[in-house]
Amino acid sequence: MTRAVVTGIGIASPNGLGPTAYWRATLHGEAAIKPITRFDSANYWAKIAGEVPGFEAGRHLQGRLLPQTDHMTRLTLVGTDWALRGAGVQPNDIPDTDIAVITAATAGGYEFGQRELQKLWHQGPEYVSAYQSFAWFYAVNTGQISIRHGTRGPGAVVVSEQAGGIDSIGHARRQLRKGVQLALTGGMDSSLCPWAWVAHQASGCLSRNNNPKRAYLPFDRDAAGYVAGEGGAIMVLETPESAAERPGTRIYGEIVGYAATFDSKMPSREPGLKRAAELALRDAGMDASEIDVVFADAAGIPELDKAEAEAIKGIFGPYGVPVTAPKTMTGRLFAGGGSLDVASAILSIYWSAIPPTVNVENVVPEYELDLVMNEARHGKIKAALVLGRGKGGFNSAMVVREYR
Amino acid sequence: MSRRAVITGVGVVAPGGIGTKAYWQLLSEGRTATRIITHFDASPYRSRMAGEADFDPVREGLTPQEIRRLDRAAQFAVVAGREAMADSGIEFDQLDPGRIGVSLGTAVGCTTSLEREFIVGSDRGKYWEVDASYAVPHLYDYFTPSSMATELAWTVGAEGPVSVVSTGCTSGLDSVGYAAELIMEGSADVVVTGGTEAPLSPITVVCFDVIRASSTRNDDPTTACRPFDKTRDGLVLGEGSAIIVLEELEHARARGAHIYGEVAGFASRCNAYHMTGLHPEGIEMSDAINIALKQARADATDVGYINAHGSGTKQNDLHETAAFKRSLGAHAYKTPVSGFKSMIGHSLGAIGSLEIVGSLLAFEQDLIPPTANLHEQDPECDLDYTPLVAREKKVDTLLTVGSGFGGFQSAMVLKKVEGAGR
Repeated sequence: MTRAVVTGIGIASPNGLGPTAYWRATLHGEAAIKPITRFDSANYWAKIAGEVPGFEAGRHLQGRLLPQTDHMTRLTLVGTDWALRGAGVQPNDIPDTDIAVITAATAGGYEFGQRELQKLWHQGPEYVSAYQSFAWFYAVNTGQISIRHGTRGPGAVVVSEQAGGIDSIGHARRQLRKGVQLALTGGMDSSLCPWAWVAHQASGCLSRNNNPKRAYLPFDRDAAGYVAGEGGAIMVLETPESAAERPGTRIYGEIVGYAATFDSKMPSREPGLKRAAELALRDAGMDASEIDVVFADAAGIPELDKAEAEAIKGIFGPYGVPVTAPKTMTGRLFAGGGSLDVASAILSIYWSAIPPTVNVENVVPEYELDLVMNEARHGKIKAALVLGRGKGGFNSAMVVREYR
Repeated sequence: MSRRAVITGVGVVAPGGIGTKAYWQLLSEGRTATRIITHFDASPYRSRMAGEADFDPVREGLTPQEIRRLDRAAQFAVVAGREAMADSGIEFDQLDPGRIGVSLGTAVGCTTSLEREFIVGSDRGKYWEVDASYAVPHLYDYFTPSSMATELAWTVGAEGPVSVVSTGCTSGLDSVGYAAELIMEGSADVVVTGGTEAPLSPITVVCFDVIRASSTRNDDPTTACRPFDKTRDGLVLGEGSAIIVLEELEHARARGAHIYGEVAGFASRCNAYHMTGLHPEGIEMSDAINIALKQARADATDVGYINAHGSGTKQNDLHETAAFKRSLGAHAYKTPVSGFKSMIGHSLGAIGSLEIVGSLLAFEQDLIPPTANLHEQDPECDLDYTPLVAREKKVDTLLTVGSGFGGFQSAMVLKKVEGAGR
């Protein structure tokens, strides 16, 4: 079977731009959830978020791209540049038809969309941007990456709420198996504008606690919702043969297992997260005992935390595996969250360290979880399981391993 | 043993009628269902026409809560999904739910609901800080289109892989291609797939107005979409849904199912050219066609019918005509081509699936639906576009293509399956 290795990682996270800065901050437990600055939150009860600081799109992208792109597309394009640079891929290294682009989305270029909706209804149709037809829609990031890098292979966009970041990487691996050499994949997301915020508040999932240290507490007895953030990760995924064509290419790790399941609406049915994890392990041909760390979905909502803890306990036994949720530092990044978790798992393997879960103080004892809290744990990590869930019933699991 | 993905059930909500029967009647008779928009007052806009579905959710059996909760596009998907389930003859509650998946295509998701709610929350765009106290309870479901996959998954009882595939105007083809991959790799035995779209709201109409992609033949809306005709002047929007039950071949054979055809080959390509523009040479669409044919183990000369994208823009007509010639060579001139958008308009992320279903029905009936409104063929488009009247022809292998904003080019090869009796 065709193997899939990660050779480049582009990260834009509230606590760091680029894999080096992100990893340093994450290992040190640097939280980046703060009061919202991107819009006036006075009229909303949720007032904190994980914003990517210091990102000046104009320093990285040509001026002509700015009027036609939403913030999330700019993050994506810059993240992709970084991932390709890290992988040492130069134009023409790889035939353009052998490169796939597979991204995840949740709500598209929502801030751009709000602005154009406002122009339409406040000023009139003639004021709407000619770019609205594509700047807002869910497919935009795949299209823009393809144009920017001249890739003419397969393109796709998957939307499965917050599980999508994992699904996109799973689908990219499928493309390698179908014969492409390299895929640009993952998700970067942002929806920090008033019209998106109204939807986030309506989701019933946001924390009402505006103390950044007490708002998002997955697995804690005080868990009461999550904090929204922006950013994510774009990765270069390729076959080992493709990477070998560029001597000196660093291989961070390998994607060895993936599965997705869905939760039934019927309360009598068990939630599908455990099954997704088991199927991903089976796909990897691995036993649970070979997993050194679980990057949890960590919803921060008591019933979902309980279901996840039960799934982990069911597979690994009580306190059977270190579990962590670095997203407690950034908030949940929607389509970007799953792919940033996969990137974190790969960095964990590469740097032999498990980043901590921050702010959580009192894990519900019945969960019987070995949650890595406050400080990173150092030591050899050979394989990691990444879990992700999306509102509506989506479950995804991915197994990553050191490349041998 | 390689696994194969076959279609065993179809369901449709389309302009001109609800249900597969009404849809086939329209297509086979070459009638058009495009008209002046009635969903809202379109008089301020440049293009004021669309293919509208006469859809009454109450009559279609949706419950009060479903009607309140679901965007129109999700309502379409549920109704078409129920028809497809019944048509397949599968007793879904007897299957292992973990082996049932969903892959749903949509380009613009729940935009219609989002725009409606934005108008209220912002008081017609007066406030940038939208008033949260006017938010409807299911606003977050409209925010992200994966909620529609959730609804379809609930409808069929799926607990396997579920997601939305959103690649603009090729979503309806790409979602079915994605579903076929799930079956072939062994992740599911049955995947309920297809596309849905209900994009007829001012913001979407304006999107196409400002880039002058839509037709302005507002005085003659029933003939406004004229692919391959030299008088064409743009696309006409549409709405609808086609849902398809895709099943692993042996699974279908074991229960003696009727098989419409096989998804024998599928490929998508990015054109790396322009977010809304098409290169006249059609290289990437041709690449997608070649790969899909190869995967289907079919030669170009096996193709008996081409279901065109046929959006009604000149750049599209030249683009796909070039792609067909590039891939099929001399055989392109002998192969009937037709475009359904001339009859039902362009329903963005749904149309690819509507075109698949229409093509499968052409298989069944040995009848190729025509390209409507094609009176004066553009001399630069020199293939056989099956003008105005359906044509009798027995077809075993057909090609359907799509092309969309973002540069996406997709191609699918559908084949008849031997021993597929009813």
